[in-house]
Amino acid sequence: MKKRLYELAHCRAGDKGNTSLLSVFALRDADYPLLVARVTVEAVKAQLTDIVRGPVTRHEVPRLCALQFVCEDALGGGVTTSLAMDAHGKSLSYALLEMEIEV
Amino acid sequence: MIRIGSGAGFAGDRLEPAGVLAERAGLAYLGLECLAERTIALAQLRKLKDPNDGYDPLLARRMELLLPVARRNGVRLLSNMGAANPVAGAAAVLAIAQRRGIPLKVAAVTGDDVLKLLEPNDRILETGGRVADYPWLVSANAYLGAEALLPALAAGADVILTGRVADPSLFLAPAMHAFGWDPHDWDRIAAGTVMGHLLECGGQVTGGYYADPGVKDVPRFAELGFPFAEIAADGRFTLGKPDDTGGVVNLMTVKEQLLYEVTDPRAYATPDVLADFTTVQIKQTGADRVAVAGATGRPRPQQLKVSIGYHAGWVGEGEISYGGPNAQARAQLAADTLRARLAAEFDALRIDLIGLSSLHGRPLHPVGEPYEIRVRIAGRAGIREKAERVGEEVEALWTNGPGGGGGARKSVREQIGVVSTLIERERVRPELHITEVRGEKATV
Repeated sequence: MKKRLYELAHCRAGDKGNTSLLSVFALRDADYPLLVARVTVEAVKAQLTDIVRGPVTRHEVPRLCALQFVCEDALGGGVTTSLAMDAHGKSLSYALLEMEIEV
Repeated sequence: MIRIGSGAGFAGDRLEPAGVLAERAGLAYLGLECLAERTIALAQLRKLKDPNDGYDPLLARRMELLLPVARRNGVRLLSNMGAANPVAGAAAVLAIAQRRGIPLKVAAVTGDDVLKLLEPNDRILETGGRVADYPWLVSANAYLGAEALLPALAAGADVILTGRVADPSLFLAPAMHAFGWDPHDWDRIAAGTVMGHLLECGGQVTGGYYADPGVKDVPRFAELGFPFAEIAADGRFTLGKPDDTGGVVNLMTVKEQLLYEVTDPRAYATPDVLADFTTVQIKQTGADRVAVAGATGRPRPQQLKVSIGYHAGWVGEGEISYGGPNAQARAQLAADTLRARLAAEFDALRIDLIGLSSLHGRPLHPVGEPYEIRVRIAGRAGIREKAERVGEEVEALWTNGPGGGGGARKSVREQIGVVSTLIERERVRPELHITEVRGEKATV
């Protein structure tokens, strides 16, 4: 069965230059292993294929039941010079939460 | 135990929550973080026009509100609202105190401006290029650490204004001062840095940038209160917010803010420490109270980061809306028409359909045809007059575009780009400037 990540996790987006930082947290701690297994670097790259142009790195933070994604070349050249409306990529947390994962 | 509050999380933040904190949260210190990367470059441009300007445009309004209540309650204020000109900012604060008959000692901390120290061959971190690649430099500011604020705290300043200081350092500094922490006691410095990081964005840890109705509900959202931390000498602290304010402090808000803008959770680098966030433990200890402990630290970086602002040209923008039958096709026709009319003049042009694809490139779940769509276009040019062409062509769609186009708007703005480099710590020398007013007359 597939579920939308939005039902299992919450997410916040941050920015540093042309890099988007996406923090994903299990809504219920018991779901954290599932997130670790399914919300992989490859899955995130596929979900954000039109947005993230560079490498994606994942950090696991088990004490917070969190995954931290560092997505490079994701902000149209950088917050200060992007022509995008959402130059900071503040809305990208919800692009990631659209991901469908097998549960 | 001391309480440190957060009265602003960005330059344009709401004014009232800081007043509530200063009035009735039992604070010893209130920090206000108001300086984004680009903000200081814009302030530098104002300083070039007027040597007495270059500090935060909201400084006077915030101080008119805070000075009386902060002095009455013994709350000391720390802020980077000095921006590109902390000395002029301090003079402005002193003038307010004098006019209102409030005795006040104000400190300005300078030394972050390193524009004159840049070398053409200094490496740009983002591009691998060199400083010389950016002929139109506006500003270069090193990130000072908490130690730069300690002399001002020791001097007994009621208000401390800085330029570029690492955001968490504004909150770490009063803890170091109050408890006499050794700057090389890495675990304690890391604990204070975690506290500063959680506080620095104001309402973002009390329900702002978080609320999602039905999933992450926030009570009395319109009255969102700002946070404080109650910190002990060993570095353990509890986050909270004033009673009878809106918002929420819970494990979810704290987790989201802890990892916010963190590139490596094992090595969060500031001028003060390399902090490991993966060892942090959090626990809800009461309504709107979360205890935080367990941060660990390693020695701080030898070099300081420098934020460089440069002229990146001008951006012209325009928007126009279409609604009702076939709105999407008419919006698309408008977009295609704008591109055809402007493409030859612009290297960098971006067109968005707001309501459909402006945020994520395309809808990420199936959607029907939107009832209304707003077309938005942005283009960059070297000179203002050329950038203005973008908005002109959008406005021209009124009589030269698809049927039913309404609500055309246009704007043009100067674009300041920001890149970074590193500088040796020893080359950056913070300086302290103290001014004081006792009742009627200022003494310098």
